[in-house]
Amino acid sequence: MPLDANTPDLRTEFKSVGTRPNRPDGVDKVTGRARFGADFALPGQLTGLILRSPHAHAKIKSIDTSAAEALPGVKAVITYKDIPEQEGCDKDVLVNIMARGTALYDGHAVAAVAAVDASVARKALKLIKVDYKVLKHVTDVDEAMKPDAPVLHPGRFDPVDFSTLENAAHVSGKEERKTATPAHSNIAGRYVFGHGDPDKGFKQADVIVEHEFKTEATHQGYIEPHACTASVSSDGMAELWVCTQGPFMVRDVCASLLGMDVSRLRVTPSEIGGGFGGKTTVFIEPVALALSRKAGKPVKVVMSRSEVFRATGPTSSASMWVKIGAKKDGTFVAADAVLKYQGGAFPGSPVEMGAMCAFACYDLKNVRIVGYDVVTNRPKQAAYRAPGAPMSAFAVEGVIGEIADKLGMDAIDIRLKNAAKEGTVSSYGPTFGPVGLVETLEAAKAHKNYKVKLGKNQGRGVASGFWFNFAGNTCVSINLNVDGTLALALGTVDIGGSRASMCLMAAEELGISYEDVRAVIADTSSLGYNDISEGSRVTFSSGLATIKAVRDLKVRMCGRAAKIWGIPEDAVKWENGAAHPAGSNAGNFPPLSIKEIAAQASATGGPLAGHYEINAEGAGPSFATHVCDVEVDPDTGAMKVLRYLVVQDAGKAIHPSYVEGQFQGGAVQGIGWVLNEEYFYGKDGTLQNAGFLDYRVPVCSDVPMIDTVIVEVPNPGHPYGVRGVGETSIVPPLACVANAVSSAIGVRARTLPMSPPRVLAALEGVAASKA
Amino acid sequence: MSAVHVSTNINGDDVEFVCRPDESLLDVLRDRLGMTGSKEGCGTGDCGACSVELDGRLVCSCLVMGAEVGGHKIETIEGMAQGDKLHPLQQKFLEHAALQCGICTPGFLVAARNLLERNNDPTETEVRYWLAGNLCRCTGYDKIVRAVLDTAKDMRKSAAKSSAKKPAAKKKAAPKKTAKKGARHAA
Ligand code: FES
Ligand code: FES
Repeated sequence: MPLDANTPDLRTEFKSVGTRPNRPDGVDKVTGRARFGADFALPGQLTGLILRSPHAHAKIKSIDTSAAEALPGVKAVITYKDIPEQEGCDKDVLVNIMARGTALYDGHAVAAVAAVDASVARKALKLIKVDYKVLKHVTDVDEAMKPDAPVLHPGRFDPVDFSTLENAAHVSGKEERKTATPAHSNIAGRYVFGHGDPDKGFKQADVIVEHEFKTEATHQGYIEPHACTASVSSDGMAELWVCTQGPFMVRDVCASLLGMDVSRLRVTPSEIGGGFGGKTTVFIEPVALALSRKAGKPVKVVMSRSEVFRATGPTSSASMWVKIGAKKDGTFVAADAVLKYQGGAFPGSPVEMGAMCAFACYDLKNVRIVGYDVVTNRPKQAAYRAPGAPMSAFAVEGVIGEIADKLGMDAIDIRLKNAAKEGTVSSYGPTFGPVGLVETLEAAKAHKNYKVKLGKNQGRGVASGFWFNFAGNTCVSINLNVDGTLALALGTVDIGGSRASMCLMAAEELGISYEDVRAVIADTSSLGYNDISEGSRVTFSSGLATIKAVRDLKVRMCGRAAKIWGIPEDAVKWENGAAHPAGSNAGNFPPLSIKEIAAQASATGGPLAGHYEINAEGAGPSFATHVCDVEVDPDTGAMKVLRYLVVQDAGKAIHPSYVEGQFQGGAVQGIGWVLNEEYFYGKDGTLQNAGFLDYRVPVCSDVPMIDTVIVEVPNPGHPYGVRGVGETSIVPPLACVANAVSSAIGVRARTLPMSPPRVLAALEGVAASKA
Repeated sequence: MSAVHVSTNINGDDVEFVCRPDESLLDVLRDRLGMTGSKEGCGTGDCGACSVELDGRLVCSCLVMGAEVGGHKIETIEGMAQGDKLHPLQQKFLEHAALQCGICTPGFLVAARNLLERNNDPTETEVRYWLAGNLCRCTGYDKIVRAVLDTAKDMRKSAAKSSAKKPAAKKKAAPKKTAKKGARHAA
């Protein structure tokens, strides 16, 4: 369907798109010249450091900053009093950036200093005296829902009366829940999705499998810690250089927290050393601005790795129950799930999206999902790649694996039998347009990896996954330079090669060479508002806006050609990088190339530019199927991933290398989630593994090559058929690896991570039950 | 704490600097000398983003004190390209799309060069273990490993070509690599 009158139908033939040129920002990044968050420096800048709560939950009785302030070299000390609450600001974000009366988690910011250098700033932190009264804490999601759990926000959330809820038994697994009516509650929200009648559906089932599952919180683990440099002048004008996924979000949120007009704050995004969702909110930025405002000098704040772990958002930990019923032939007749996600000390866990994604891969007539958003004494969760989806997929795909085993069906066949396709009413509401799940399943089945014979203690797992993909507010401008080259200004930061993709699309649309387009990431004063680089929206939304901005420019260039030739504007068309007369009766003129038009721009009416602004819709969902082979050592419980295959629908791969890169990176993050990664809390509620040594992300020697197949089922919502690809890749791995382990050694892991001791304990359990 | 005056050599240039005794080599490079190509991902020797060579040994510059590098030779990412000519590894990283965000890239390049100088015919497993001290959260390592293997292949080809031209030159055996962990933490 055309997007508007001047949009041709979906393009299927490409010259630039689909090729693999070097990225335009590449040389700077391989030579160390690219400037990331911590690489900025301003003359006269101070070093800012933050004092953090050592307690999981504590009343802050008093803060005495006088000794710190008296230390030579200290230029500002701030507490929440220096950031008074502004009308209309987001209170949770305000409380999260600096505790106001109560420290809600280990690592919660309590005060901050700016000093001439790091060594003075460190001394000053030690001189701040905070008088805490330690409160009872809770970090586990199931514990937090109990009637006697410590309450984080007394009086804020209505108590939930489980006795009236249809699925109460599964919410608590305990009888007492049915009668207890807690005075307060840590349940911040309840979400219900589904259709049909699961209770009736289960009556038609030949086989029913239900289980409880738990996953621990994992961190996005970007290698670049949060960093920013703030400079507030005495006239209230401010600048901020920062590594973020959303410079416009940072500007608007900081302005509202600090009571500034948006126009007074200019945010320049640095290169960003990974985000994966973790850099979609503010932590240190408002603090740096407040310090700079008080000190009257620029202030640079860079988080340490342990601060990143303790005080920025990991994703939720989850406790889940899933039940699926199937006929003998593998047809699913009903599905039911309860998901409980804790999102740290504030509402907003991704349970709603987890619930929407849980059964999205399947065509189900009877389905119900209930999700609970729960608060605990942990850092406020932040988005992490397909937020909420990997956990629910872990539970659902695990149950499906078990049903397939029970029925003696092939793991891909059972999914093919139930796969969502065009016209399927999804479990979360909308009816799917053209989607590629079936294609990914078929490609996975045909792949050589699926045919490799397995040895002793080896097993194969399969899992599928879904992510919606976001679109949203986007704004792009493209300027024609005097020599016919182009400057493309984007408002979405480039986290993984998106400049290359945008240049490819612009070159394709203009019919010129990729090298003639140069993309820059604009600051917030140079371009209209752009939503955050999140939700796999960049290649879709900024791509769409780039194509439309180029079309706008083409119309203007055709106008200039018309002027030069003295013919009507609609008698000119654009082809292969040049303006041509539209037909023989338009006149017989030799084509005017983009270079010739650029050279005459001044004489024909002035500079030439194109732009486009949109609140985009139509981001097509992306489905994936993963296949993984593992080998488990039955003596140690250690496991090795032998082979890993990602098959995913990209709609249209603009730069296939970076599409593959997204597939591979997401898969390996998922492998880390299932094998090693976890937030480990002590009895006192403090984080025990706030460093890369103890929070172990996969290293090079942990993984094999990650094989990829790009499936292309075009998305009708984008002129070139693009779907976002960044997130779906982390959805299947948890279940995929778990299913492989089960096929290797007959142990079903329902608690993540499947660390060697856990695998070993499960193996011993199996042996004991056989004995 | 009084400052220390240090004379050293970085990327072939004699350099003098003054630092406090508690500053790491990484702090000195980044904050005193403006060489921000080496990155700090952890400051505790766990991520490899700060990798440099110290007298030819691969080390985490966050674990080396600035005050102790006097009289030594340091090689950083800034010295890898010769003028506008990229090192073959840099070129291959670009061609293989072996970087996404790019924050880990300087560390990987320095570590990979150190490997190839010791062993120009590493197996995939050798590459993976050698680079196990460098974290990359974006790529899943696939394209990084391919880029390194491909560079090694090209380097062997050009080495074979030049030794064919000079038949007298004896083939030098690739030196055995030393245990990487030890090399890193010895500093
Ligand atoms: S900064 Fe991570 S190892 Fe040095
Ligand atoms: S490319 Fe981002 S961490 Fe390696």
